[in-house]
Amino acid sequence: MTHAGMLKVTAIGEQEIAITRDFAAPRRLVFDAYTKPELVRRWLSGLEGWSMPVCEIDLRVGGAYRYVWRHLQNGAEMGMGGVYREIAAPERLVATEKFDESWYPGEALLTLELVERAGRTFLTQTMRYESREAREAVLKSPMEEGLVGSFDRLEALLASGLGSEA
Amino acid sequence: MVMRASAPDRLDATFAALADPTRRAILARLAQGEASVIELAEPFDMSQPAISKHLKVLERAGLISQGRDAQRRPRRLEAAPLAEATAWLERYRRFWEGRFRQLDALLDVLQDKRPPRKSTKA
Repeated sequence: MTHAGMLKVTAIGEQEIAITRDFAAPRRLVFDAYTKPELVRRWLSGLEGWSMPVCEIDLRVGGAYRYVWRHLQNGAEMGMGGVYREIAAPERLVATEKFDESWYPGEALLTLELVERAGRTFLTQTMRYESREAREAVLKSPMEEGLVGSFDRLEALLASGLGSEA
Repeated sequence: MVMRASAPDRLDATFAALADPTRRAILARLAQGEASVIELAEPFDMSQPAISKHLKVLERAGLISQGRDAQRRPRRLEAAPLAEATAWLERYRRFWEGRFRQLDALLDVLQDKRPPRKSTKA
């Protein structure tokens, strides 16, 4: 497995959360992984017990994207989407983000910045929320607790079986 | 859960307080035990008013409080709000770390130039 970069999360000012992380790949690939539906599915769909029946991306300024996850057992759906505001492949992407049943008020603005050095990609992902209350709701979200557990289990699966999927 | 009315302000103040390296160092020092302003100013090569300013920020965030000794007025660490704020950031971090590990795996596969997996219908 490639050496994973360190992930740092910082709360900035009143409304933002920034994430930095580096990846052992050129930024063109990372940008593709964020913007091509067939690739997005492969790292955002990975919740155990959930499928991702909808993953649509209209990659142009003003174009929309939409993701829906469905729980395999109870059929519950979780949807989110937004509109692209800026596209500068492969270095910068700005899009709005809103969950169908949002636990935070308003919509968020996601800014993705990719810098490439010596074949590695240094990613900065900034989420700007409409208010500090919204940012707090995100940070306190109990939903994440559940998601985190699922992702942990999935990681174990991926580690043992990636590349041998049917 | 009962939230104090000032909680949102306090959390915000906590993040602002933690953003500064001097204030983080002060908290690290206080984690070892209470200390007066003079004692706190020593290792930082800073004037007492400058340190007092940082202490005020930390106090407002609820991260430190003043001890009873009226003469020394020692400051001490209030652990709960700090733990709260860092726990939230940590949970958020873990959530994204999970996603990004999958992205790592995907990027590995892409660079091995294996054919992309056909997305299967759920």
